Formats: sequence, structure tokens, C-alpha cells
Amino acid sequence: MSNVLAYGDDALVTAQRLAQWTSRAHDLEEDIALTNIALDQLGAARMLLTYAGEADGRTEDDLAYLREDREFRNCLLVELPNGDFAFTIAKLLFLAAYQHPLYDALRDGEDERLAAIAGKTVKESAYHLDHAAQWTVRLGDGTEESHRRMQNAVDELYPYTHELFELAPSLRGTWDSTVDAVLAEATLTRPADGWKPTGGRQGVHTEHLSYLIAELQVLHRAHPGAQW
Amino acid sequence: MLWEVFIRPRRGLSHTHVGSLHAPDAEMALRNARDVYTRRQEGVSIWVIPASAISASSPDEKDSFFDPAADKVYRHPTFYEVPEGAAHI
Amino acid sequence: MYGSDFPLLDEVDSAERELHEAAGRSVERGTDLQRYFDDVIAADQKIEPRDWMPDAYRKTLIRQIAQHAHSEIIGMQPEGNWITRAPSLKRKAILLAKVQDEAGHGLYLYAAAETLGIHRDELVELLLNGRQKYSSIFNYPTLTWADMGAIGWLVDGAAIVNQVPLCRCSYGPYARAMIRICKEESFHQRQGYEILHILAHGTPGQRELAQDAVNRWWYPSLAMFGPPDTESTHSEQSMAWKIKRFSNDELRQRFVDMCVQQASVLTLEIPDPDLRWNDERGHYDYTQPDYGELMRVIKGDGPCNRQRMAHRRAAHDDGTWVREAAAAHAKRKAAA
Repeated sequence: MSNVLAYGDDALVTAQRLAQWTSRAHDLEEDIALTNIALDQLGAARMLLTYAGEADGRTEDDLAYLREDREFRNCLLVELPNGDFAFTIAKLLFLAAYQHPLYDALRDGEDERLAAIAGKTVKESAYHLDHAAQWTVRLGDGTEESHRRMQNAVDELYPYTHELFELAPSLRGTWDSTVDAVLAEATLTRPADGWKPTGGRQGVHTEHLSYLIAELQVLHRAHPGAQW
Repeated sequence: MLWEVFIRPRRGLSHTHVGSLHAPDAEMALRNARDVYTRRQEGVSIWVIPASAISASSPDEKDSFFDPAADKVYRHPTFYEVPEGAAHI
Repeated sequence: MYGSDFPLLDEVDSAERELHEAAGRSVERGTDLQRYFDDVIAADQKIEPRDWMPDAYRKTLIRQIAQHAHSEIIGMQPEGNWITRAPSLKRKAILLAKVQDEAGHGLYLYAAAETLGIHRDELVELLLNGRQKYSSIFNYPTLTWADMGAIGWLVDGAAIVNQVPLCRCSYGPYARAMIRICKEESFHQRQGYEILHILAHGTPGQRELAQDAVNRWWYPSLAMFGPPDTESTHSEQSMAWKIKRFSNDELRQRFVDMCVQQASVLTLEIPDPDLRWNDERGHYDYTQPDYGELMRVIKGDGPCNRQRMAHRRAAHDDGTWVREAAAAHAKRKAAA
């Protein structure tokens, strides 16, 4: 059950980060696409948090707005700042390549409620993965500048991907082949395994999360008990 | 690049022109069209065509290009009188 | 609160029906292009992209459609300001969807403008160098969550009053884009109204937020309809070409009349001590907004003009390398 919270927090923090791209994308079409993905992730977060909260009578909003930083169970990858578009796309590629097989597996799992949720989110996740892959290729195999930015992003983010498999080690193989195929087509390379930051699933986060949570929660906390 | 977008909203209907958008290539154009023009589940099938690939007739040619159809009134169902009692016609 | 009827959607539907009905009528076409153009407009039919049209008609339309598009895009900023702090996940989702709709509306409008023979890039440039404008209302800051409610109720409300008549505009692509936009827009106003209703009936702190927001957004919303008819320069020709269907004052009055009843349901006050029903006129008397302030804001001295433009310019400039990469990739693929 604590895994449901982790999946929900991954989606919630991802949605919050992607929402920061509104009115900032390089063209309107991309603004709309990123917002679509943010909305999908937010929808997944709401379903997952609602389910996770039922065990002790807490709502999706109780979980999103009233937990402390150390209580969040998202992976570190999703709480990192957006950076430039290449950084955002690399984050999304790595995340979606994990979420898609994850939801696919949960769809056939024993937890019926989770299976129902995953049935919906797996379709959206396929689109997120496709979107990230399309852009990874165009940026990796675009101009010298875009290639450099994309390779930097891959190099910087790759260490954070190991944590994804702590809860789901069986997904590693699928993730590797998906990501390798995209990187190859994008003329990008994967760095060697080295540093493996971890801690998110235990609530030990980077310094970035606290600021993200503060912004997310500030208004709700300023009016305790209010309806919106 | 500018692309024109055509969507078949439901099975049984033809593709209809819904507008245009910008995309660097066909794959992105299709995905953009899905995001922009089917946000409210408005489509079953999407076609995208570079605007530059469309050939159009000029309104000034209208008389010779289109008017011959106007002469041939027997193409229109209202031209015919349906005999009494004939159903479904 | 709203009831189950959608009066504005009815108007949009009837504009759409009229478009189809008018299409069935035929207009006698002689050799005089100007005469044919005038006859098509008089018959409430549509001018389409490849038709002959007076140069001034084309230029006016490009300007009007583009400025409308710019407004949608700039409008994403004040509302986008509260997405990350939305006080519930449901409100966050609704606001995200609303701002996304605005991006979509901007896109439909740029597409309509492009049918007149101009590129979207040129229009973005005209916005960034200040030669084309956007609605002055978006030069005000969104200071609290309640501003999301006030903008939905008042600003979208005013926009709808302005926009629904455009569904009958004489230029086909613009009319069709407006029909599409208006169908999506009516829900925007509702969600803003709902936000205010909940706040006004919530805690004392929430109620205070709601009234404060209404106090700040009321007069700027009235100013959205433009200067009074006596001072409006472009209107006559636009009316003749059926680009503009009603005068500024007519639309402003329509808006005020609608808002008064809506405000009483909200139990919020409209900040106008001279607002009262006038039996003779059959309308509400109201205090005009400060048109001097409107002119100053249009000229660039509103609270947020510089910020809005800097934000837009940064988004555009920061994205240059991405656009270049996509183009380079496409070119390489096409050559292969």
C-alpha cells in the first residue's frame, strides 16, 4: 500500500513541475502538449492519492496539502527542477519509460482498484513516452547546440534513474531496452553506472522538494478547513 | 511549417477541415493535431497535410469550373416527383 | 446557480445555424469584384481566404484577429500564475485545463489570421515589438486566488459578450474559429463564477478575498469594451464590413445588465454606488471606468505590461534553439 502513495507522489510532483511550463514553451503546440501531460499526471495522482488515503480516512487534498516534506514518497528524479527543455524531456523520457511498464504490470496485478486505475493511466503513459521519445530524437539529432544540451541532460539525470527500480526491479530490463533504443536513434550515449542517489521512497529528498511543497501547499494551509 | 488538419469525428463521417497548426514534420503534426483539435475527444481519425501541398481552385475560375454542375438539375433529388405510396425514396 | 440553460451557447448555436443557412443562398456574381464582395457581406454570407477583398479589409482583419490571438496568449500569464498554488487538486486541474484552452484559442486565431497571407512568426514579432496590441485587461496582476474567480466571471464574461457577435463576422475562418472558441469559453466563465460563489459563502477570510478581487477587477473589465462610442475611431468601417457587429457602449451595457443579477446571487457587491435600474432606458445606469487609465495601460504603463512582454519575449527567445533543432532534424530526414 505504501507503493500506491509512492506512485501517486511521483505523478503529483511531475504534474507540478510540468505545470510550470505553462506559457513558457517554445511554441503554442508544445505548451498545449506539456499541459496535456501535466493534466494526465495530475489525474493519475488524484486517483492514486484518493486510494492511498482511504486506509486512514484522508482525502487526496489531505495528502497533497497537509503532509510534511519528509512524508512524501516520490522518487528524486521528478522533484528536480525543470531546467531547459532538454532537461525536461530527458526527465520525462526516463520517467515515462518506467511508468508505462509499471502501469502495464499493475493492470494485471492482484489489487483490483490499482488495476482499474492503471488501466486508464497506461494509455496516457504510452503517449507521454512517445512524446518524450520524439523530442529526444529531434534534440539529440538536431543541431550541435541541441545535441549538447540533450547529452548534458542525459548525463546529469541518469544517476537518478536507478532509484526507480527499488520498488520494481523487474522493470529494469524493459526500461533499459526502451531508453537505449531512443538514445541510439537520437545519437546520444548513456553514461556509465556510477553515483546512485536514493532516499525518496523513505522521505529523504533533495533540497528541491521542500520549495516545491511550500508553493503547492501555501494557500491551502493559509485557510485551514476551508472549501474551495 | 504550416499544416492543415482534417478530422473524421466519428465513424461514418468524412474528414472535415478543422484548422491549421505549426509543426516541424508530419509525425509531430499528427501528435500536435491530436492535442490541439481532439482535446475533448473530438476525433477518430486525423489527417495532416503541409499547407503548401494543397492545390486550390481560384474563385475567379468559379464560373467555368463549377457552373456546369448547376445546369445539370437532374443530379438533384428535388428534380424528380416521387410517385404516391412509394416509401423510402 | 446557473440553472441548466446555456443562453450564450444558444447564441453560438444560432450563429452556426445561420452560417449554414446563408451558405445555401446564392449571390449573383458579375465581373465587378468589389460589388460581389459587398453583396456577399450584405447577404450575411462569408468571405473566404481566396476571395478578392479590399486591402483595408484584409489589413483590419489581420490586426483584429492577431490582437485577439495575442490576448489569449498573454492571458495565460495572469491565470497561469496560480496553477502551482491552486488550493485543491480539483481546482488545479480545472485551472490547468482553462489556461490550456487559452493556448488553443490563440492557436486557432493565429491559424485564422494566417489564411489572410501572413505568417505566425510575423505576428509574434509584431506583438513583441509592440506594433500589435493585446487586451489591456491582462496588464493587471493576479494578487490572490480569488482573482481566478473574478477573471472567470468578469473578464471571461466580458470576453464572451464581445466574442459571441464575432461568430457572425463576415470572414469565414474567423467566424468558424469564434464558434469553436465560444463553445469552449462558456465553461470558463462558469468555473470562475463557481470559485467566487464558494469563496463568498466560505470563511470570513475567503469572503474578504472574493470581495477584494471583485473590487479590483470590475472597472478594468468594463474598460475591456474599449473607449465610449463617441471616441472610438475604427468602428464605422468595421461595422460596415460586418467584422464588428455591435458598438462598444451597447456591449458594455449588455455586460453590466448581466452582471448585476449574477452579483446578487454571489452576495458580493459591485463597487459602484451609482449602479441602479433605470426604468425608462430598461437598463442599469452605471459609472463609467476611467478611460484615461485605459489609455495609459494601452500605451504601456499598466502595472504588468513590461512583465508580460518580458515573459513572452523570454519564452520565445529561450525556445529558439528548440525550434532550430526541430527544423534541422526535419530537413535532414527529408533529404535522406
